Amino acid sequence: MSVKLTIRQVGSVTVIDAAGRITLGEGASQFRDAIRDLAAKGDKKILVNLSEVSYIDSSGIGEMVSSYTTVTNHGGQLKLLGLSKRVKDLLQITKLYTVFEVFDDEAAAIRSFT
Amino acid sequence: MLLDSNLDSVEVAEAAVLADAVDIGFEEEQLHQIGMAVREGMVNAVVHGNRYNSRKKVHLSVTKAPDRLTVVIADEGEGFDLNTLPNPLAEENLLRQSGRGLLLIQAFVDEFQVRRAQPGGTEVRMVKYLAKAS
Repeated sequence: MSVKLTIRQVGSVTVIDAAGRITLGEGASQFRDAIRDLAAKGDKKILVNLSEVSYIDSSGIGEMVSSYTTVTNHGGQLKLLGLSKRVKDLLQITKLYTVFEVFDDEAAAIRSFT
Repeated sequence: MLLDSNLDSVEVAEAAVLADAVDIGFEEEQLHQIGMAVREGMVNAVVHGNRYNSRKKVHLSVTKAPDRLTVVIADEGEGFDLNTLPNPLAEENLLRQSGRGLLLIQAFVDEFQVRRAQPGGTEVRMVKYLAKAS
């Protein structure tokens, strides 16, 4: 199974609910395309909900970083919500916890966007 | 085991190694770590080593012992010098899209070696011990 992405709007924030696997191939490219589409149409507040993501590999991590850069370069913000312990571990190992703003609570994440 | 240079082989290798790891008695979290390490090693071999070349193969070897699992993944690519790879943890490299595969392998196994394969290519050897938690 690759990743399933559902996009919803909460106020001015676009929330992407991701479920499944973000790995090299279809999963990672789906994720990249979704973020690029949102950035291209001017969405500047993007919250990626990873609570239903069971597996991310280094390619998936790479796409998350690339997406972060894409959104930031468009003058927006990309934040992460609902990381499993395994995904948190990946961010620790790769030192990307210093890059991404991460939340456990959706309401708090929504409020954090400026 | 000889595998084609495509992404299906990544899944095949991961499943084969995990079956052996289950036999040895690794628990769920260790199985996840082994699976990720094998996946990253296979992706490196298929994508960066053999560059999806259908004429080149990935060589997968799994050795079971009561206390450890040893996995060797070798490609038929041009090889690389480990010392020339950018450090993915350096501040200036944090936002690079790629280059984290070997870092993850190192994090998830207990022993890790990269060397030139014979007659060419790169060989990655990884060992996971049953008793150690990494």
